[in-house]
Amino acid sequence: MKTLKHIVVSLLIFIGLWQLIYLIGGFQEALFPAPFSVGKAIVTMFLHKDVYQDIGASMYRFVIGYLLAVASGILLGLLLGWFPRVFNYVNPIIQVLRPISPIAWLPFIVLWFGIGDIPAIVIIFIAAFYPILLTTAASVGNIDPIYLKVAKNFGIRRHRVLFTIVFPAAFPQIMNSIHIALGSAWVFLVAGEMTGAQSGLGFRIIDARNNLRMDHLLATIVIIGIIGLLLDSLIKVIEKKILSNWGKEAKEGGKYNAN
Amino acid sequence: MQIEIRDVSKTFQQKGEQLQVLDKISLEIEKGEFVCLLGPSGCGKSTLLNSIAGFERLDQGYIKIDQELVTAPTSKYVTIFQNYGLLPWRSVLRNVELGLEATKLPKNEREAIAKKYIHLVGLSKFEKSHPHQLSGGMQQRVAIARALAVNPDILFMDEPFGALDAITRIKMQKDILEITKSHKKTTLFVTHDIEEAVYLADRIVIMTPNPGKIKEIIPVKLPTSRDRTSDDFIRVRDRVFEILNMKETTILEYEL
Ligand SMILES: Nc1ncnc2c1ncn2[C@@H]1O[C@H](COP(=O)(O)OP(=O)(O)O)[C@@H](O)[C@H]1O
Ligand SMILES: [Mg+2]
Repeated sequence: MKTLKHIVVSLLIFIGLWQLIYLIGGFQEALFPAPFSVGKAIVTMFLHKDVYQDIGASMYRFVIGYLLAVASGILLGLLLGWFPRVFNYVNPIIQVLRPISPIAWLPFIVLWFGIGDIPAIVIIFIAAFYPILLTTAASVGNIDPIYLKVAKNFGIRRHRVLFTIVFPAAFPQIMNSIHIALGSAWVFLVAGEMTGAQSGLGFRIIDARNNLRMDHLLATIVIIGIIGLLLDSLIKVIEKKILSNWGKEAKEGGKYNAN
Repeated sequence: MQIEIRDVSKTFQQKGEQLQVLDKISLEIEKGEFVCLLGPSGCGKSTLLNSIAGFERLDQGYIKIDQELVTAPTSKYVTIFQNYGLLPWRSVLRNVELGLEATKLPKNEREAIAKKYIHLVGLSKFEKSHPHQLSGGMQQRVAIARALAVNPDILFMDEPFGALDAITRIKMQKDILEITKSHKKTTLFVTHDIEEAVYLADRIVIMTPNPGKIKEIIPVKLPTSRDRTSDDFIRVRDRVFEILNMKETTILEYEL
């Protein structure tokens, strides 16, 4: 429960400083809302059903985009890692596409799919896909050759080796990339919803700006942060539980470690 | 004769240079024999063992097991490695079942066979444990159970007890001898520990490096249950020790 103490104290300091700056700066409430008004905004938002719909819409897009990225990133990564000669040809393309911010594709995506759920889903997908794909492909190449020797010795067929040996052997590293990708995907959810959607937390931010409700804007930001934190804690728990079978520990920031 | 190794040579590329690791090795091993490959590190013991087990390609010569050329590994001959090669994500039971998954046996039979061999190596209480929860000696026992479960004719072992502490190692040596003798497994066992070789082997094949060659083959004519402190044991041990340090010209013949 020491971490709980850290969390409470750090939050109190943060809110205290915020209040202090608000008081000293003498800002207008409409430009720089005080902690109290943001707190009030959060409460009013949660008394109203819109916020649940927005969270629901965002989570729906997030879960679909993210899970699609996890599934296809792992599958393609396994195949590319397993067939390094194919990977050599595909890799240059990936290296060119990867540094492009998912946002850059937004105009095209909206043009093709229109406004709605799909732009945000695609943005989230792109954000999560590359790290998972590349880590998976690399980790397949890094697995201890002794596992392959054992598989060969026991006559396990090549197509079965990929899923009974290679995937689980590479899994700790893959899990790590799944964890990291969750964070980046959540970051891009907002961006995806700011232009591509008429609902969701990202849309709520644009909406608050258009209505000059900085208290609502900050309240939405706080909600986005808290949900991101909760998602990260959730995946951390899952990661820890799964990796304990490998004799590995999930570490801060999603790094794993042999113990 | 079960294993026939004839004029086997092998060269590796290392930093652009050709490194001859095996130089015209010839050796025959009888069914049920326990043969130790003994020699300093780097003399090609692992390369020879891996070649016999089908993991390496030869440059020259041939290896036959039961009159058939060895071209690839099969579960008729199982290799046990120094670092065990267990799958960390699988329980002990599922690790031992691994080799049986390539067979057509139904799940419950696979499990029964696995349990039988886990019992044989004394780990029944740890069926559900994962490898990282076990000591090194216990992990190697799992690897031995996994090998035995597919009922191989031959066991290849590459310094299997090299990572264990001295006391565990002595216990493991006793157990592996009992298991291989009672199950009538031909065993080829790589070690650089002279006492281990004298304790285990029916014959000791002494190798020397640069290039890897067989220097001498010593039959160990001691009773199956060996006393490390007996005069006979020490005599054989001293002789091996001598051979490994002796000048080429003075080796002629030994009566043991
Ligand atoms: N795959 C390989 N590529 C290049 N050199 C190798 C390879 N495997 C072994 N060697 C070299 O061959 C020599 C013999 O190795 P090894 O058979 O492992 O010896 P030992 O098991 O007796 O210690 C060593 O010098 C080693 O560096
Ligand atoms: Mg070796």
